[in-house]
Amino acid sequence: MDSLGLADSSNNFIYAAMVTLFIATVLFSISFAAGRRKEPQVQLGSAKVLVESGGSKVHESINEVTRLEPGHRAANIGMSLTWLSAAMLLVGVVLRGMWAGRVPWGNMYEFSITSALGILLVFLVWSTQRDLRWLGLFVTIPTLLTLGLAVTVLYTEAAQLVPALKSYWLVIHVFAAIIGGGAFTVGAATAGLSLISDKGWFKQLPSREKLEGLTHRIISFSFPIWTFAVVAGAIWAENAWGRYWGWDPKETWAFITWVVFAAYLHARSTAGWKHQKASIIVLVGWLSFLINYFGVNIFINSLHSYAGV
Amino acid sequence: MSAQLPPLSQRGFLRWLWRQLTSMKTALILLFLLALASIPGSILPQRGTNPILVEQWITDNPTLGPIFDSVGLFDVFGSPWYSAVYILLFISLIGCVLPRLGLHWKAMRRPPPSAPKNLSRFGGGEFEFVGEPEVIIARACAILKKERWRTVVGHDTHGGHWVAAEKGYLRETGNLVFHFSLILILVGVAIGGLFGWRGNVIVREGEGFSNTLTQYDAWGGGRLSSADSLPEFSFTLESFNVEFERGNAQSGAPRLFEANMVVDQPGEPASTTHLVEVNQPLVIDAAKVFLVGHGYAPKLIVRDSQGAVVLDDAVVFLPQDGNFTSTGVIKVPDADPQLGFRGLFLPTTAVDEIRGPHSIFPAPDDISIFFGAWVGDLGLDDGVPQSIYTLNVEGMTQLGIDPLRIGQTWNLPEGAGSIEFTGYERWASFQLAYDPGKELALIAAILAIAGLSMSLFVQRRRIWVKVGEVPGRISGSRVKVEVAGIAKASGHDATEQVDRLVELLKGKVL
Repeated sequence: MDSLGLADSSNNFIYAAMVTLFIATVLFSISFAAGRRKEPQVQLGSAKVLVESGGSKVHESINEVTRLEPGHRAANIGMSLTWLSAAMLLVGVVLRGMWAGRVPWGNMYEFSITSALGILLVFLVWSTQRDLRWLGLFVTIPTLLTLGLAVTVLYTEAAQLVPALKSYWLVIHVFAAIIGGGAFTVGAATAGLSLISDKGWFKQLPSREKLEGLTHRIISFSFPIWTFAVVAGAIWAENAWGRYWGWDPKETWAFITWVVFAAYLHARSTAGWKHQKASIIVLVGWLSFLINYFGVNIFINSLHSYAGV
Repeated sequence: MSAQLPPLSQRGFLRWLWRQLTSMKTALILLFLLALASIPGSILPQRGTNPILVEQWITDNPTLGPIFDSVGLFDVFGSPWYSAVYILLFISLIGCVLPRLGLHWKAMRRPPPSAPKNLSRFGGGEFEFVGEPEVIIARACAILKKERWRTVVGHDTHGGHWVAAEKGYLRETGNLVFHFSLILILVGVAIGGLFGWRGNVIVREGEGFSNTLTQYDAWGGGRLSSADSLPEFSFTLESFNVEFERGNAQSGAPRLFEANMVVDQPGEPASTTHLVEVNQPLVIDAAKVFLVGHGYAPKLIVRDSQGAVVLDDAVVFLPQDGNFTSTGVIKVPDADPQLGFRGLFLPTTAVDEIRGPHSIFPAPDDISIFFGAWVGDLGLDDGVPQSIYTLNVEGMTQLGIDPLRIGQTWNLPEGAGSIEFTGYERWASFQLAYDPGKELALIAAILAIAGLSMSLFVQRRRIWVKVGEVPGRISGSRVKVEVAGIAKASGHDATEQVDRLVELLKGKVL
């Protein structure tokens, strides 16, 4: 394929992924609306499971219940479409890299399509561990927004890297930041939901305690990755600019994000801070992550301004 | 938490203060303060990274500027209030972590607590089978030990046998390692700040640099750094190569810049050549030489009113935008009368009504210089140090403005002299840095990540196996085996571990 063919294919895959994800979002909303109208039906038979060998049987019976909820079919198709969308995004990102002849992380358009993929991957991999269909809507919406911004405002033609980005640290540092950021986004979704779960708007949401537990898990996963991204960035900065930390705005906001999520982890073991307040801290941390990503790249004069827009 | 009034006695008050400072709530508040205090440092220009922008900001905001300056908002990360926050945070951290170190040490040497009386409330598993209680307990022990649980066996008053097992001590170990590593990072930063130094120098093609203080354009060192005993070495910038994107996408973006350098070091018999690029610094002893920027230096010949050559040199011009529209100043104190020029160097010339003369591409495709010339007193004899990049035109008269191409000469009006533009050279700017604390900081950072991961991923769990008589039966044939477990962290349980142990026990026993 010539380079223009690659360019077109990459863009087409991204668009196809967006359309697929949009349909998934619609299906997740339908599933939500359906769940709102009717009470979930609990099959009496499932209560018969004995406490024979610990809790695993209990887990199964809970799954039984969710499977019977109205709207489950829409949510199931939504999940499949989300997988499909992630696969198409992956192809789009890879083709973009082949077109540019390098890692596809040279400007904000490329960061954004990869971040969208990162959010979906964190969600999908996690969904293989537990039933997360109720979360689909709240993950696909931010992903769609990211992709929408990418193809409209942030779009740039592929070009070579500026010399400052030519380093294998680009791969390590950006990969960690994208996965960490994707997990922060999923965590912000569960934290946000935990704040409204008591209101009874959405019947099929897990309980507040459960949502808080899930938030804690996902932030516990992303916080060390974010720490690693920051440290990898510092090592790279030492090699490129002659200092490992210089309070460049990007570094400062990465630090602020880190401190806020550190505060979240402390809040989880502080009396009076474990619940709503902790969830709000997650949202604040996510906000500072967004400021770091969009704000610093576009509005602030920083050594990291590689937006290309 | 109930609000407590501080006690009146001095000792009691100090103890109360210490307890407040080391409480988790205080740590939380200090973390928020740290995040909040960092924000102005990312929005306002900072002296450490961009002193010129700071001066600009103060000039543009005559009311707010000096106020902000006096409270340290242009040097946030060196300000007393910022230091206060992180020092308090670290005191709180030490106060919190030190006692936990002792507790953890004790906990690690203590056997797991014995099985609680009533296991069923933990929701574990329960089954019956034929066998000797001691044998079952021994098997449970073997299985648990194989999976690296710490175990202790015992029996209660009415003949029931039990195993208590615990796992996941690394969680707290990791937590402590993480927090102590943060202290170590701070020590690394402090060592770098006290003993390290950093300097900047602009070198033209063909020019040399030797590492002494006077050769630097700017140099800053820590309080304990040795400015008089910098490592001895010198280098020459042989050539400097630049390439820019010429395609439509990101046109003008840098694609390559590399400096060919010849380095001389004491103890080394011959000079060595090096290619220095961004991301590929030159390492000499402990110091590193980084390529941080580049630009143009037009070659000029200035003659005074008598026709004598008073300047014949390449003059460094500083780039002002991505297309290398560059400005520079030429001061000729030896001319009679003294001459001063302000120049605008355009590698690819364009002139329009809004922006005036400017460059539209960073490569030297269509070079010109616009000169403004002044005659009079340069003010160099006042003893006030002047920047080589600014021209003070007070007390001078402007002679006019003229554009020049390479090879052209501008004969100044009133016979004041002439300036000839003969060509250009490139220059590269280097940052030389020495930071003896960075290795420690790196090791501490790696330790911190390792500790953090352990403290978040390792789960502290307890598991108990209890073998007792089946109620209502005559002992001997069938026994009741109960297995239960708990996880210390909220949101986790030991279900998986209990299930697994039950499976293994059944498999082995039945």
